[in-house]
Amino acid sequence: MTSDLSAPPRAGTTTAGRGTSPRPPFGVSAVSVLAVLIALFSLVPLGYVAYMTVATGWDTAVGLILRPRVGELLLNTLLLMAATIPLCLLLGVAGAWLVERTKLRGHRIWAVLLAAPLAVPAFVNSYAWVSAIPSLGGLWSGILISTLSYFPLVYIPAAATLSRLDPAIEQSAAALGLGAWRTFFRVVLPQLRIALTGGALLVGLHLLAEYGAFAMIRFDTFTTAIMTQYQSTFNGAAGNMLASVLVFFCLLLLVAEVRSRGTARYARIGSGVQAKALRLPLHAYQLPAQLFLLALTALAFGLPLYYVMRWILAGGADIWTASEFLPALLSTFTYGLAGAAATTVVAFPMAYLAVRHPGWFSKSLELSNYVTSSMPGIVVALAFVTVSIRMVPGVYQTAGLLVAAYVLLFLPRALVNLRAGLAQAPKELDEAAQALGKPPLLAFIRVTLRLTAPAAAGGAALVFLAIANELTATLLLSPNGTRTLATEFWSKSSEIDYAGAAPYALLMILLSAPMTYLLFQQSKKVAGQ
Amino acid sequence: MKIRNSALAGIALAATAALGLTACGGATPAGDSSSSASGGAASGEITVYNAQHESLTKEWVDAFTAETGIKVTMRQGSDTELSNQIIQEGQASPADVFLTENSPAMTQVENAGLFADVNKDTLAQVPAEFAPSTGKWTGIAARSTVLVYNKTKLAEDQLPKSMLDLAKPEWKGKWAASPSGADFQAIVSALLELKGESATEEWLKGMKENSKAYKGNSTAMKAVNAGEVDAALIYHYYYYGDQAKTGENSSNVTPYYFKNQDPGAFLSVSGGGVLKSSKNAAAAQEFLKFITGKKGQEVLKNGTSFEYAIGSDVPANDKLVPIKDLQAPKVDAAKLNSEKVTDLMTQAGLL
Repeated sequence: MTSDLSAPPRAGTTTAGRGTSPRPPFGVSAVSVLAVLIALFSLVPLGYVAYMTVATGWDTAVGLILRPRVGELLLNTLLLMAATIPLCLLLGVAGAWLVERTKLRGHRIWAVLLAAPLAVPAFVNSYAWVSAIPSLGGLWSGILISTLSYFPLVYIPAAATLSRLDPAIEQSAAALGLGAWRTFFRVVLPQLRIALTGGALLVGLHLLAEYGAFAMIRFDTFTTAIMTQYQSTFNGAAGNMLASVLVFFCLLLLVAEVRSRGTARYARIGSGVQAKALRLPLHAYQLPAQLFLLALTALAFGLPLYYVMRWILAGGADIWTASEFLPALLSTFTYGLAGAAATTVVAFPMAYLAVRHPGWFSKSLELSNYVTSSMPGIVVALAFVTVSIRMVPGVYQTAGLLVAAYVLLFLPRALVNLRAGLAQAPKELDEAAQALGKPPLLAFIRVTLRLTAPAAAGGAALVFLAIANELTATLLLSPNGTRTLATEFWSKSSEIDYAGAAPYALLMILLSAPMTYLLFQQSKKVAGQ
Repeated sequence: MKIRNSALAGIALAATAALGLTACGGATPAGDSSSSASGGAASGEITVYNAQHESLTKEWVDAFTAETGIKVTMRQGSDTELSNQIIQEGQASPADVFLTENSPAMTQVENAGLFADVNKDTLAQVPAEFAPSTGKWTGIAARSTVLVYNKTKLAEDQLPKSMLDLAKPEWKGKWAASPSGADFQAIVSALLELKGESATEEWLKGMKENSKAYKGNSTAMKAVNAGEVDAALIYHYYYYGDQAKTGENSSNVTPYYFKNQDPGAFLSVSGGGVLKSSKNAAAAQEFLKFITGKKGQEVLKNGTSFEYAIGSDVPANDKLVPIKDLQAPKVDAAKLNSEKVTDLMTQAGLL
């Protein structure tokens, strides 16, 4: 649960016209200094992993990395990714195409339903599946659960792009004699490239980071093994070496995504209004298409919801009177709000530089954060625990440190939204306000900040969603006595108290649902740029 | 559209307000933890690093707070996670009391020199066999190793004579355990103490070959009950706890005790100790005295934890096999070594 739909840096940000920049509210240097500090801070976890690898000593490190157990984990993780990512791409694109490009009955409803599984945290999904089939375990179950949990990460951007694609190219292709299928593969699919590589990256990062879902079905990946090592040794060399391998994988994924995204331009050039895409008639395929979508949403969303409700009914009134219930809800809410606000504030300098002063400097600042936010929560948390105990014991086990971890993990969600918002707030307005005699700071607050507020709120909502479902970093870093919905759910379900866990699962889904809808709506807007 | 935008702006505003609150909260150890441990004998609040079952400690804490007015904050974790955490925290540890399910983690903290002496009157409540000779911590409860098996899949005469037999080829794929748990690691540490390093290594190798790993003892027992696996090496009370509830995870399950001083008959002592660095040592000692005292031990006898009561002459829950019939091997709790065990298990590829 490290990253989100809009995490990877999108190519090309729209910026306002050329002219001279308006005077920034606090001076460029102040904003830059802030951004640099944030970037440096976000490199702490990477530095920690590198430091621990060196400090462990070459021989010990090699011994811990080159052992059969790591080979097992490697194989598990690779097989999981090799099966799940293509499956997610297939389901995501098929769903998006049906919803956006065919005369599918009820396509408006299906469009939303296909995004809905994202509101079910993967570990809740796993819990439901284990309730349905108690013997679930191992690789196949891992593939099943993660595919059902993560295919919307491909579907949402794919659907957004499809709905915005200029049909003129397809029509030209058709006019030149290409059939529907060949048009799809030779014309439509290539234009989905950015959406698909981005979606695949997100699925990959989620697979690397997921803990709860896989622990519940006894499927070991690097993240579950790091957690196991952590519980056995707190901060042992073996766990840290596993973390370094995991970080290596995350970086590989990032590089792979950047490379496969390519440099081709997909935006439409020229004036005029884009034509509306034609919807393909389905004829005899209408029924199979309906059944396919029904099966998919039933398995990915219906089943978890059904089992959560079943456990709630089985548990009766007792499970709602538990005294831990309200504090968990309250602290989830507080951390969600605090984390969302902090992340948005921290993202601002970076977004500002990226939009108003684009260049290698702002790019590298952003990149440093993408690297960190691609790391699993557990690695960031391990780094924070160790660094804070040794160097700043005052912040150890404070709410502040946990919020700081959330900020690092979820910054891109706020950043991408803020950037889009800032880009739409023309700097000329700021200039005009300054020319009319407003001091820079006031002009900035009255004009730019106000225009950016909706985008900032959208980003904050996404961060809130991520925090509400975060498990590993919360388990490791939370202040004494803190319980969140996610940690309570986890503690109950690992004691096989499935009924007691159910209300927490339901609440997490209820909290996530509106945010997922928002994400779905936002993606359509962003794709239009 | 307009409406939604202003609603979002509202969220942003509320969020910013919340940030202000946290920024203030961040300066002090946050939440309702023990930041203000005021002095004075046995009052104020303490923080317990709890590796015992959350529900059991909660029962103790609630009774203790009701009696003394001392507020208790718990941090939940596993035995060795918390012991290693305390060691890394050193003098700065916010923990006042450390409770475990087993004793190896206690020994680890003791060896790091971080425990204060347990008060004499507390030690007097616990028989010597359940406390280390050093008096740096005390036993608070006990749990017996047991092989739970599925009676539809295994007949009594197919059961192993010794826990060591489980490493033999005929047990391949037939048994389960939770190797990541402190419970299981304590059993291995007893094996290490009783049979030595090379025998333990051999056995762990066989285990890696033969066993299925589950996360948590209850999950392993659930698998036995469902017939996914024939047997599981766990502690006794998961069975009794489930029987006392609905029995849905143990209806096909029978517990089998190895007895005969076998390593598989190991009786594991749960420990409790007071940290030297405690800022409220009086209240911390009071808490330890309470749980080893009559009221605390009666929570074990009458409650739903089904762990063995060991102190203040409180007998075990009468549903359990009495301790004297378990024929447990004699193991000095102070000698159990958790670091070596995690190393060996990491080498064997179990962790």
